[in-house]
Amino acid sequence: MADMLELGAVEARAALDAREISAVELTSAYIAAAEDTAGLNNYVALTAEHALEMAAASDARIATGEAGLLEGVPIGVKDLFCTAGYTSTACSNILAGFTPTYESTVTANLWREGGVMLGKLNCDEFAMGSANETSAYGPAINPWQTADGADLVPGGSSGGSASAVAARSALLATGTDTGGSIRQPAAFCGVVGLKPTYGRCSRWGIVAFASSLDQAGPFSRNVADNALMMQAMAGFDPKDSTSADVPLQDLSAALTRGVGGMKIGIPAEYVLDGMDPEVVTIWQQGQDWLRAAGAELVDISLPHTKYALPAYYIIAPAEASSNLARYDGVRYGKRVEAESLDEMYALTRAEGFGEEVQRRIMIGTYVLSAGYYDAYYLKAQRVRRLIRNDFDTAFENVDAILTPATPSAAFPVGRKVDDPVTNFLNDVFTVPANLAGLPGMAVPAGMNGDGLPLGLQLLARPFDEATLYAAGQVLEDAAGFIANPPRRAGGVS
Amino acid sequence: MTSNLVSGATGDWEVVIGLEVHAQVSSNAKLFSGASATFGADPNQNVSLVDAAMPGMLPVINHECVRQAVRTGLGLKAEINLVSVFDRKNYFYADLPQGYQISQFKQPIVGEGTLRIDLPDGSSRNIGIERLHLEQDAGKSMHDQHPSKSYIDLNRTGVALMEIVSRPDMRSSIEAAAYVRKLRSILRYLGTCDGNMEEGSLRADVNVSVRRPGEALGTRTETKNLNSLRFIQQAIDFEVTRQIEIIEDGGEIDQETRLFDTTTGATRTMRSKEDAHDYRYFPDPDLLPLVIPQDEVNELAAALPELPDQIKDRLIGDYGLSAYDAAVITEERETALFYEAASAGHDRKLVANWMTVELFGALNKSGQTLTECNITPERLGGLVGLISDGTISGKIAKDVFAVMFETGGDAASIVEEKGLKQVSDSGAIEALIDAVIAENEDKVLEYRAGKDKLFGFFVGQVMKQSGGQANPGMVNQILRTKLDG
Amino acid sequence: MSVDKTTVAKIARLARIHVPDERQQAIATELNGILSWVDELNEVDTENVEPLASVTGHALPMRKDVVTDGDRIDEVLANVPESTGGFFVVPKVVD
Ligand SMILES: [Mg+2]
Ligand SMILES: [Zn+2]
Repeated sequence: MADMLELGAVEARAALDAREISAVELTSAYIAAAEDTAGLNNYVALTAEHALEMAAASDARIATGEAGLLEGVPIGVKDLFCTAGYTSTACSNILAGFTPTYESTVTANLWREGGVMLGKLNCDEFAMGSANETSAYGPAINPWQTADGADLVPGGSSGGSASAVAARSALLATGTDTGGSIRQPAAFCGVVGLKPTYGRCSRWGIVAFASSLDQAGPFSRNVADNALMMQAMAGFDPKDSTSADVPLQDLSAALTRGVGGMKIGIPAEYVLDGMDPEVVTIWQQGQDWLRAAGAELVDISLPHTKYALPAYYIIAPAEASSNLARYDGVRYGKRVEAESLDEMYALTRAEGFGEEVQRRIMIGTYVLSAGYYDAYYLKAQRVRRLIRNDFDTAFENVDAILTPATPSAAFPVGRKVDDPVTNFLNDVFTVPANLAGLPGMAVPAGMNGDGLPLGLQLLARPFDEATLYAAGQVLEDAAGFIANPPRRAGGVS
Repeated sequence: MTSNLVSGATGDWEVVIGLEVHAQVSSNAKLFSGASATFGADPNQNVSLVDAAMPGMLPVINHECVRQAVRTGLGLKAEINLVSVFDRKNYFYADLPQGYQISQFKQPIVGEGTLRIDLPDGSSRNIGIERLHLEQDAGKSMHDQHPSKSYIDLNRTGVALMEIVSRPDMRSSIEAAAYVRKLRSILRYLGTCDGNMEEGSLRADVNVSVRRPGEALGTRTETKNLNSLRFIQQAIDFEVTRQIEIIEDGGEIDQETRLFDTTTGATRTMRSKEDAHDYRYFPDPDLLPLVIPQDEVNELAAALPELPDQIKDRLIGDYGLSAYDAAVITEERETALFYEAASAGHDRKLVANWMTVELFGALNKSGQTLTECNITPERLGGLVGLISDGTISGKIAKDVFAVMFETGGDAASIVEEKGLKQVSDSGAIEALIDAVIAENEDKVLEYRAGKDKLFGFFVGQVMKQSGGQANPGMVNQILRTKLDG
Repeated sequence: MSVDKTTVAKIARLARIHVPDERQQAIATELNGILSWVDELNEVDTENVEPLASVTGHALPMRKDVVTDGDRIDEVLANVPESTGGFFVVPKVVD
């Protein structure tokens, strides 16, 4: 086999079953790739020994005909997922060295289906960020590069996941998406990312950021691989009260369904002032592809779209301020010793949390505090209902919605931003789906003039991921996008 | 009704008391985790990763705890909210691993109800219940094990509590104690809380204020975590005196949380009070609204046992017991059941009397419980039966009871064995009386001369001669005829 | 509604995050920037709109009252910074 790293997950599964390659070989190739591209800083821990053991076990199961859906497929895990016996830090100093004794439901599902854990992937601290620059391990780097050779961000928060999948140092990767943290980095890195319907994937064992918005989802280099991984990781979990007991559709079957007769909404409100014209062009291109494949395009209105971002930046920090209260230095993680308990808390949390996390905890604490709760938190929850209502109305007439995934392509690492709100704007197209609990997929659609990938976003009704895979496959086929990031093609400089 | 007003140096004061009672729900497992809710395990033994608030852990509610809260609400004649919401109450404390307590703030599972309290003078009064909500208990901090450290045990963390909040309807520490006694009684009847105050299964926070009669409510203080009826009364009495003194000296009451010192009986300001409490309640996003089907409420209502008030009313109305005896007998379900069984087919009032005086007195002395002791309902009924049919006198019955209590056995065989049967043979009694009269001729003369009081002396002498076995009614009657004759 | 240094100190205290005095003003400015941006929500008429806290359509699932967990003190203390005799240990707390 010439280059095993070029195989997609579906192809790799076939090659493994046909004994053209072994899981140990495939895993070894990915470990080597991860080591080669260490400069991208997308892994925070490579669990090579464990990976090879898992791969050997996969080979044994393949030999006895007991292969699972993902048997022998090497997978990277966002550091937000707790993995038994392996440090799980949410890329925060406050969880430095934290080694869970338990395995998150989603990763357990992947291993049950034969997936091989390669290691833990970089992300924004507690998933708070859109560029993977808030990580305690330093920024992950996008394998894509412009001609000037500057390092670009992979997006965030699941930046390490998107970077590794694009760089071929993971065949698949897990991510979490609270406001766009799967779809935005997928678009920045030219890979496929799915945020499932809220409740599809168990949140048990995933470090919580904002519980009512967090969803785990798959990263892959193509739509079919994504469906395969989703099929393995999703499912009802009685340990998560918000988990939905709704049967998962046959996603692989959806891949060949096409969009003939499908109605696809184009929301007027997703055209922003001063939007990158290349983003507008690629969006137009996507519409043409879908129409050509037999879909009917329908102009729709989602009138409360512009309020999604401010509502999100009240709700998410509010929940986070409470979710992160448990990091107090008493039972695990970092502790700064002090004379009094309160001092220990305050110093531990000041040293343990980075700047962005502290900022969000402060906002969240403020909007929930006496006298402000109604004006901020309740107000945001009311707006949240209006946003959901907008989608419900739209989905009475359309089967899916097509939007750009991000307002721009990836930007340079270390870009100086004075106003934190500027950073928040990265999530403008992705946040509404989190507020409404809808499934959304980012699919690479082409490149901009600088040679950087741009992605499109598809949204569907709750629990209708199948439609996303059907339409996503059509976009992928039409775009003919083949990820070949310069920093992989030419090696890491 | 006696006045509850307290007189100060400058006039009368009215005391206003409201109670928040935390009652541990009787259940096998905790409210949101599968760890045991049992008391007394080794440190951190009954702790799951959910209780320890490990990253990524999530709560899943225990159905039985919900049912217990509904049962309790029904027992308090309260409105059951078919939809309720769990909120997070955010604050930092060493024994609160999540950094928040899951509780119910805006939409509790149980709304308004009433509790009838029984006062020592036999009167009853209704106290309003504002709400009942479900919430998690915190862990336990130990401050006396090390000079500069506190030790934390999370065994209690996450155990289900019902917080039952009264209206500020009580006007004295006695009423407050009666409230807790009745609440405890109802919870135990329902089986929703074991009511064990020593182990902390039932704790009360008391909100106390004073005001001039008829005026607006004064500023209140909250004294936390009182775990005995005596402490509740002491804390209230202390607060009332303290508050009246402060106001009469021209001062003002701070609205604050106070702690009770069980050794001195005094309350004091919590030192950590400078922390302005701002709990930042919001709906717990890990949980969804709790929905209880009306059918389930109906089913729980139908299966509710008879409660102390109903039984008490029956004992007063149908059996003619005094309010006091009825209240004492019905406080505990076991006692009420015992009484019903013991008194069936016997003189109900007499059985009540024997239970509340002799039996409870003996239990008090021996430290045994009703179920542990030698007296069964049948045996107590049997004893009272022997009194009623004249087989033994009340006095003999006490001796028989003592034997029954000490060594067991039923009254009839003890009476038989020891030959204690009452003498009701008029010939035998006449003979005894004649002998006593013969021996005390001087006293007979005095009596006949008008010293009526000596009648009792003769009765006593006759009874003594009979070894207590003479039928006292007959002795009286025959003596009268002979002496007055 | 504008956040000043005192408010920052109060929030920092509630959140148990030590914020040095010299940082308070900068944080106040940042928070004000964010808060004035979210103030645009006030353009939305939300009269008679029920707040949406959870998008999940189902009711709260319940578990049976069975002891299925606990007795795992090794795991509970596996990552503890300080413990003794099975207890977590913290600086002395005074009420
Ligand atoms: Mg209280
Ligand atoms: Zn409470």
